Amino acid sequence: MKPLPMWRRFARILGPDPAADVQDELRFHLDAKTDDLIAHGWKPDAARREAERQFGDVRAVQQFGASLGEKMEQRKRLAEHWADSLWDVRYTLRQLGRDPSFATVAILILALAIGSNIAVFSVVNTLLLRPLPFPDSRELAWIAPPPSDCGLSCATYSSDAYEEFRDQSRAYQAVTGYFAFSTPDNLRFTGRGEPEPVTGIDVIGNFFQVLGVQPALGRLFTADEARGGPHPVALLANAYWRRQFQADPSVVGKAIDLNGTPVTIVGVLPANFDFGAVFSPGAKVDLFTPLDLNQSRAWGNIVTLIGRLKPGVTVAQALDDANRVAPGIYFNVKYPETLGRYKGDLIPVPLKDYVTGKLRRSLIVLWAAVGMILLIACVNLSNLLLARAVARGKEFAVRGALGASRGRIVRQLLIESLVLSGAGAALGLGLAQIVVFWLAHQGSLALPLLSTLQLDGQAVGWTVFIAVFAAVLFGLAPGFRMAMVNLLEALKDSGSRAGLGRKNDRIRSVLVVSEVGLACVLLVSAGLLLRSFSKVLDVDLGFQPDRAASIKIDYDDSAPTGEASQAKRGAIFEQVIARVSALPGVEAAGIADYLPLGPNREWDTPVPQGKVFAPGELPDPLVYVITPGFVRAMGIPVHGRDFTWADGPRSERVVLINASAAHQYWPAEDAVGKILMRDKEEDHVVGVVDDIHEENVEAGTGAQIYYPATQQGPSGAQLVVRTSLPPAALASSVLRTLRELNPNQPSAEFRPIRSIVDRAVSPRRFFMLLVAVFAGLGLLLAALGIYGVISYTVTRQTQEIGIRMALGASTSRVQRGVLFSTLRLTLGGILVGTLASVVSARLIASLLFATSPWDAITYTGMTLALVLVALISGYWPARRASRINPMVALRNN
Amino acid sequence: MDRAKLEFVRGTLDVLILKALVWGPLHGYAITSLIRRQSDEALLLEEGTLYPALWRLENKGLLEAEWGLSENNRRAKFYELTAEGRRQLRQETKTWHAYAEAVAKVLAATQPPLPEESA
Repeated sequence: MKPLPMWRRFARILGPDPAADVQDELRFHLDAKTDDLIAHGWKPDAARREAERQFGDVRAVQQFGASLGEKMEQRKRLAEHWADSLWDVRYTLRQLGRDPSFATVAILILALAIGSNIAVFSVVNTLLLRPLPFPDSRELAWIAPPPSDCGLSCATYSSDAYEEFRDQSRAYQAVTGYFAFSTPDNLRFTGRGEPEPVTGIDVIGNFFQVLGVQPALGRLFTADEARGGPHPVALLANAYWRRQFQADPSVVGKAIDLNGTPVTIVGVLPANFDFGAVFSPGAKVDLFTPLDLNQSRAWGNIVTLIGRLKPGVTVAQALDDANRVAPGIYFNVKYPETLGRYKGDLIPVPLKDYVTGKLRRSLIVLWAAVGMILLIACVNLSNLLLARAVARGKEFAVRGALGASRGRIVRQLLIESLVLSGAGAALGLGLAQIVVFWLAHQGSLALPLLSTLQLDGQAVGWTVFIAVFAAVLFGLAPGFRMAMVNLLEALKDSGSRAGLGRKNDRIRSVLVVSEVGLACVLLVSAGLLLRSFSKVLDVDLGFQPDRAASIKIDYDDSAPTGEASQAKRGAIFEQVIARVSALPGVEAAGIADYLPLGPNREWDTPVPQGKVFAPGELPDPLVYVITPGFVRAMGIPVHGRDFTWADGPRSERVVLINASAAHQYWPAEDAVGKILMRDKEEDHVVGVVDDIHEENVEAGTGAQIYYPATQQGPSGAQLVVRTSLPPAALASSVLRTLRELNPNQPSAEFRPIRSIVDRAVSPRRFFMLLVAVFAGLGLLLAALGIYGVISYTVTRQTQEIGIRMALGASTSRVQRGVLFSTLRLTLGGILVGTLASVVSARLIASLLFATSPWDAITYTGMTLALVLVALISGYWPARRASRINPMVALRNN
Repeated sequence: MDRAKLEFVRGTLDVLILKALVWGPLHGYAITSLIRRQSDEALLLEEGTLYPALWRLENKGLLEAEWGLSENNRRAKFYELTAEGRRQLRQETKTWHAYAEAVAKVLAATQPPLPEESA
């Protein structure tokens, strides 16, 4: 073989052509063959024909060759592409290594932005996007009445109602529910050593079957057990099983001592079932016992309803069905007049909506906020890259002159962006992992499903998506800008002060203005949420949460009902309160069965004596059963008198009512001394107390009534202590005193009342804090952007400033000039941002509490903060500008 | 050219091509004549099948192709063995010998095989 001479190599100057190659190759073969035949004495024409005959089907071979050649060519191109990209990556790494401060800043910015995006995506995905952690969870419906101010009792149903609804409805495969009035630490577990508090919930027998939860060990409740079978049984929550029984599988089938009764453990629930996470955010539930519907038949509204819809039945159809059966449902089948009490009160909604529907808007706002952070970060990166691009103008011009195509240069720049955002995403993923782990272990945060939070495959997918998205976003503009560079000018121009600087200045200014605008929107949103939060904290709760704490106490409730039990209970409570009050630092002590901002219930509809009201006009007050001293311990102001220990089983029946109730019963009259009728029973109103927030800090309050524990039966007892010391300092002495009086007292938590309030406002605090953090981040990035642009402008104008100073411009004048251009950029951004904020504030208006979306203080604060930050970021470049030595500046260049 | 052709046993074309290239790069036409002469005119390649076989081998990375000039200064595509191709050739040659030997043994047999020893 002889090598192809140079000139003959240009046959494929327009790129490879496999089909032509095949043709050439076959033609050569036929020519050579023909020559051979001629040499053997054939005539030229005959020789050619013979050659073709011997070859066979030339066209078929040609076709095959062309297609195979095309395939090989493609593969080669791909391989080359990858090799080039690899080379680009290596080149990029070298470039970044040469400028580590740029790389560090860029990667940190991206890590913060991408990390917060991943973390928020995980939260949004867990709470909002993903279905609930039950099989076919879309079939599950929460059935509840419309919201009212009579609390949990009006949001639940009676045993009879449950059974009637279950039997008459046609929309459901099955209906279940659970006892809604359990309080934390409601049971006493006595194993080895001291009794310990545990939280149990009574569920209707088919609860787990309806949700589709399979036990990890043992079995679920049998139908017999569900009807209150002879032996009490319980199912353990997985976490409790691990904590209390060290995950011992042999515990199944054994009996444990709960409140002095042996209860057989029939099974352990799986780890992925967290009752609290779904139904009662932040609460831990340790074990489940079957609810005996017969026993609870006389208790009124006690169960929440959950139904599993038949396949294909929509919630709207289920609502029609519920409206059909509601008029035929009794509150209590023994009393015909209670027929139809639930008319309009059986409203199914998708369980998912019930669990997280309220948070939808907050989450979307949060998502938008991190989206803005990403945008600001991208703008910032674009800015940094543009500045770099100017410095590298010559490098690209040389590459262009050496034959690199524009596409090649854009690709190089995009790969640099991808490397940066990839590194940022990797770091961000680590940050997000920390945040997500921390969030998942925030027990005090009353947000549903949060404990199930984790970084999963979807989150990683999202990370890849936003990393690429960000890379394209911040890499494309500088890329194209670079590719457009006029080669000649760039080469001619000297170094970093190349001609494209001026055009870049305009782009960079636009970028900074938009960045400031975005930061503005974030600041306004955060400001409005912050103002709302402080307004929420200022709400008069009706009680004083500071310097008070509560503990769940155990007492002997074994006496027969009626007077005897009231007397016995009174004696026990009186002794407890007397002993605890005697402790040093205790100012007041009292007992109530339910605390504010927790579960609550109502009993019936008292009627003011001697007055006539239309049906439905009177409220169903929430009921609290308390001892003397409770209102003082809680810090609830009383008009009239508190209960005394003299208000006993045999004395006159007394009640306290709240201001709302008093106003509804006796408008414009003093309620103290008046009488409320409950059927034949007379209750004397001895005092009027302030309204307390029973369920929610933000919602209004309704009618409330207090009965003395010596005249009515409380459900459980919470001891409240008001102290002059920090509550924690009293915990051990209070518990010791309780133990002395009752060895069965479990070591329940001594909870500051403040923590109950904190917990109630925790979702708002959570969202406010996150948005505030993002606003701070936005502000920081905007400041960085302003600094970058101004500092760069000063550098570029060194010569100009030098001339001006040489011509007599004073130092302060130069400084003022730089600060002025800083302010101009910032004010432009504020203007754009304020306009955008007005729109965005309207969107978050429903999340605000007692705050106008056009709150002047917020907008003023935002403007001041931005101007201040801008001046600080402009100050350093301005200082540098004023220190320019005219001689040096002029000599340079 | 009316001589009886020996039919190619499937797969042997590839190994013959590899072998033909052992002495250096050749273009397609040279390969046909080399095989023809080396087999004393016994093996006649059907030329139409040679090129697809060459390209397949090139695609598999057993051959490498380059354009060059033929003996009479025509542009021709020359094929050359790659390292992988050489390895393949050694392997195939071994297989071929084993195969041919086995077939020869069977064909040369003069009596039926002894009954297999049974337990």
